[in-house]
Amino acid sequence: MPQDKFPDQHLPEGEGGQAQHSDARRTFLKQSSLLTALALAPPAALKAAELKFEEKVAAVFEQVKVTLGINGKKQKLSIEPRTTLLDLLREQLHLTGTKKGCDYGQCGACTVHVDGQRVLSCLTLAAMADGKEITTIEGLANGDKLHPMQEAFIKHDGFQCGYCTPGQIMSAVACIKEGHADSDDEIREYMSGNICRCGAYPNIVNAIKEVKNGGHKV
Amino acid sequence: MIPFQYVKPSKPKAAIDTVAKDQTAMFIAGGTNLVDLMKRDVLNPEKLVDINKLPLRKIERENGTVRIGALALNGAVAEDKLVLEKHPLLSQALNAGASAQLRNMATVGGNMMQRVRCPYYYDTAMPCNKREPGTGCSAIEGYNRMHAIFGHSDKCIAVNPSDMNVALVALDAVVLVSGPKGDRKIPFGEFHRLPGDTPHIHTNLQQGELIMAVDVPENPYTKNVHYLKVRDRNSYAFALVSVAAALDLDGSNIKSARLAMGGVAHKPWRLQEAEQFLAGKPANEATFRQAAEVAMRGAKAFEHNQFKLKLGPNTIVQALKNAAGAV
Repeated sequence: MPQDKFPDQHLPEGEGGQAQHSDARRTFLKQSSLLTALALAPPAALKAAELKFEEKVAAVFEQVKVTLGINGKKQKLSIEPRTTLLDLLREQLHLTGTKKGCDYGQCGACTVHVDGQRVLSCLTLAAMADGKEITTIEGLANGDKLHPMQEAFIKHDGFQCGYCTPGQIMSAVACIKEGHADSDDEIREYMSGNICRCGAYPNIVNAIKEVKNGGHKV
Repeated sequence: MIPFQYVKPSKPKAAIDTVAKDQTAMFIAGGTNLVDLMKRDVLNPEKLVDINKLPLRKIERENGTVRIGALALNGAVAEDKLVLEKHPLLSQALNAGASAQLRNMATVGGNMMQRVRCPYYYDTAMPCNKREPGTGCSAIEGYNRMHAIFGHSDKCIAVNPSDMNVALVALDAVVLVSGPKGDRKIPFGEFHRLPGDTPHIHTNLQQGELIMAVDVPENPYTKNVHYLKVRDRNSYAFALVSVAAALDLDGSNIKSARLAMGGVAHKPWRLQEAEQFLAGKPANEATFRQAAEVAMRGAKAFEHNQFKLKLGPNTIVQALKNAAGAV
């Protein structure tokens, strides 16, 4: 669907907002939710509705165009506005290192860095990350050389099942960068957004301490 | 989640006009609550107006206040030098909320707008007057451990979940709002509502009104302050009860006090009578215990949150002791 087919008609004049969708599309959605009612409508009315239906059906698949830096590589992408950054990474870009745990912002498994800050990708709409730099667990290692935090997690047994691990590691790196890894208590507090059901917490704290005290560049 | 239009205007007026003329449109800032609610089909906006391009991120001194832009991130505000210096209570409250990741996403305006966390509000299979007016309140006879003890009605007993709001109401903050009919200022205590018969009206903002900033007036509460949050685990959980306590001390005497509670009402719960009681009294445990009794007057609990009637005053006493320090 060409982006310029519908002008910025829903924005006030003179406003240069990014109009990704049209009012026409929304009208269609309202109509489509009335399909059952339409089936019972008189033939003439139904025919009129069908015409509009065909005219606008393509608009449903209208996409938002975004440019994201993904692990240092710029990518131009077309996405549906509902797509979360997590689903974009996993389903469209096949970067499945970032995990979907709860999908409601409660577990931290989906933690990634956006412009250097740790955030939850499950509660981030990909459209809202336009122009930003995303780092996932796949972007931490330097080729075959693991990031010091990855090494430390292995050394200290910072995981059992491993499902929360990518989120834990992304959070752990940020925790040190933010300057919140000065004591065990501080590490626990600033890592509390990452839940580990196996209970690897003590070993995770040890891994973070080692990286912090080893003076590694995170 | 239903499909929606996504727009990202660059001027406040455009954002305001868009939402003002479309009842199905909503602003989105950090999205930490709205995206969650959309995934659960509790909120179904047909248009999202992303306000992140608007210039509302600054934290600055302005005519005797600290003015915090509505888009300032919770984490950034908590660690801001000016906030730490002038309003350490606000910093403490912000750091007590959510997780580091969420604080990097959530904005000050969005924090104020977050919805209740009552499980029945989130569960679309259950009656809820807030979600569907007239269907009834599932919590009154249900599992109401997290619910209100002050200001509830027979229509809704949910609580405001924010920590930040508790500090802001204690610090006499003022909300700067811009809307289709112009600008206005709302005292923080009047921004949120009690449920009454209309729990589906979440705040006193009108359709299309946008929070631009919050002013926190400079005050003497820069030293003897404490935000104490009691929860089921040590971090990353909503409050069972929380208390924001601020004292202006003259030696061991209290010149004036500010006190508010979280986790107990549909709005951040300012305790003005207890504040007045504290003024002019010695800062000791006996005084704090009496103030807590004053604060708890009129509290009414439900089947599963009776414990708040005891936890509430104990938390007030402890927060005041912590605020007073070694007095």
